Amino acid sequence: MNLSISLTVNGIRRDVELRDPRVTLLDLLRERLDLTGTKKGCDRGQCGACTVMVDGRRINSCLALALSCDGAEILTIEGVAHGDELHPVQAAFIAHDGFQCGFCTPGQIMSAIGLIQEGQAGNDPERIREGMSGNLCRCGAYSGITDAVMDAQKNLAVADRRQAA
Amino acid sequence: MNTFDYVRPATIAEAIAAAAEPGAAYLAAGTNLLDLMKGGIARSNRLVDVTRLPELDRIEHLPDGGVRIGALVRNADLAHDPDFARSYPAVAEALLSGASPQLRNAATVGGNLLQRTRCGYFYDVASACNKREPGAGCDALHGENRLHAVLGWSEACIATHPSDFCVPLAVLDAVVEIEGQAGRREVPLEEFHLLPGATPERESVLMPGELVVAVRLPGAATRFATHARYLKLRERTSYAFAVVSAAACLHLEDRVIAEARLALGGVAAKPWRARAAEAALAGVRPNSEGFRRAAEAALADAHPSGDNAFKIELARRIVVRALALAAAGTPERVPALPASPFAPIPGGALHG
Repeated sequence: MNLSISLTVNGIRRDVELRDPRVTLLDLLRERLDLTGTKKGCDRGQCGACTVMVDGRRINSCLALALSCDGAEILTIEGVAHGDELHPVQAAFIAHDGFQCGFCTPGQIMSAIGLIQEGQAGNDPERIREGMSGNLCRCGAYSGITDAVMDAQKNLAVADRRQAA
Repeated sequence: MNTFDYVRPATIAEAIAAAAEPGAAYLAAGTNLLDLMKGGIARSNRLVDVTRLPELDRIEHLPDGGVRIGALVRNADLAHDPDFARSYPAVAEALLSGASPQLRNAATVGGNLLQRTRCGYFYDVASACNKREPGAGCDALHGENRLHAVLGWSEACIATHPSDFCVPLAVLDAVVEIEGQAGRREVPLEEFHLLPGATPERESVLMPGELVVAVRLPGAATRFATHARYLKLRERTSYAFAVVSAAACLHLEDRVIAEARLALGGVAAKPWRARAAEAALAGVRPNSEGFRRAAEAALADAHPSGDNAFKIELARRIVVRALALAAAGTPERVPALPASPFAPIPGGALHG
């Protein structure tokens, strides 16, 4: 059984020899690639703390086998800022107090980035809340999270328009 | 989780050969299978990863106006395909009412059909479960069973099928395309899932090694597109399985129901097509009296399997509301909270 895979994580190609087929994408990121920003909450696809982007789509990394991600492009929370410049969603979470303890925050931010890219919610707070329903926050920072996503969505749309002009 | 062999075939024929071995299972997104394996509920010793199989990730529009959905199409991609959502809006609404955005981005059409029940006793390996271990008994029968089946259950098993997607598929006469070592065959979705009887471990008509390759919806089903809804009662606002749900589709001519389609979710081990209710609606004007009669017909055979008699009346009310919403017309866009029973009925009373 060939257990070696290659994938691109935050723009860097990684070749990994897995010792066990059971390794999930989440465990690969945290235990093998030392990218511990992605959090393990429930490990059963219910809390969203492990949300990352795989080939441009947000998914729960705890429910994906690393082997199935052979050849994929992965984006984690460590890869969204440009140097010291925060991603607009990260900046919005700070501006709107979108967290308290911070454990769910990397997953919330990755989910928000995915939500905005999917383009289904627009600036409707009800669609944003529904679109973020796969991410639980035990501190109950939901109202700040919704405000942050609304704001980031608006800022990214303005940036897009500037780029198009 | 037990360890396993991992194989990634390049063709359907290779996949079928690899999965014909006892103990083998197909792996697509893994959103249900890996969860079950982590809990020790599923113990496959070989996973056949089908995600790289060619041509199964396509939505094809057919000459008869119907659509063929490859088994690897992701839930989110199908729900957001504009042509598909316009032709089969109740299916799009059901898909978007299920799971979370992350899961919908991963989960596949084939996997949705084959997902396992969320009965807590099935999930708890310390409990007796005939589905998990034939002959072991059923701890749900005298346990916490308020969310269990009220139709088609047996003393051996009172679990429900959790899919939202399958409910409107049953209503619209979907057909499942299956490929196996003996070749290709087709089964109506309504006959794909099995009631428990004395063998609750057999959940579908699939034989060992058989692979769902596509689901087809007939072009004729698009005549319901202007009056088609899915309604789902959950124990929290979003990201929860149905307590009860209903897909209701009407074809109106001169303000009379020419043809009605109705199925219930969350009430049985399969999506429950309510043909007697459909017959009761044909030729009548869409009004609450007719909807109530249809709801009575839909639940005529229902019996509580435990502390769940309330689900029968709840299902009747969800049927009435789904029919009223369907009669009011399919909204331009799937609502912000898909399939919510709390949305007001256009032109109707809040609690109508």
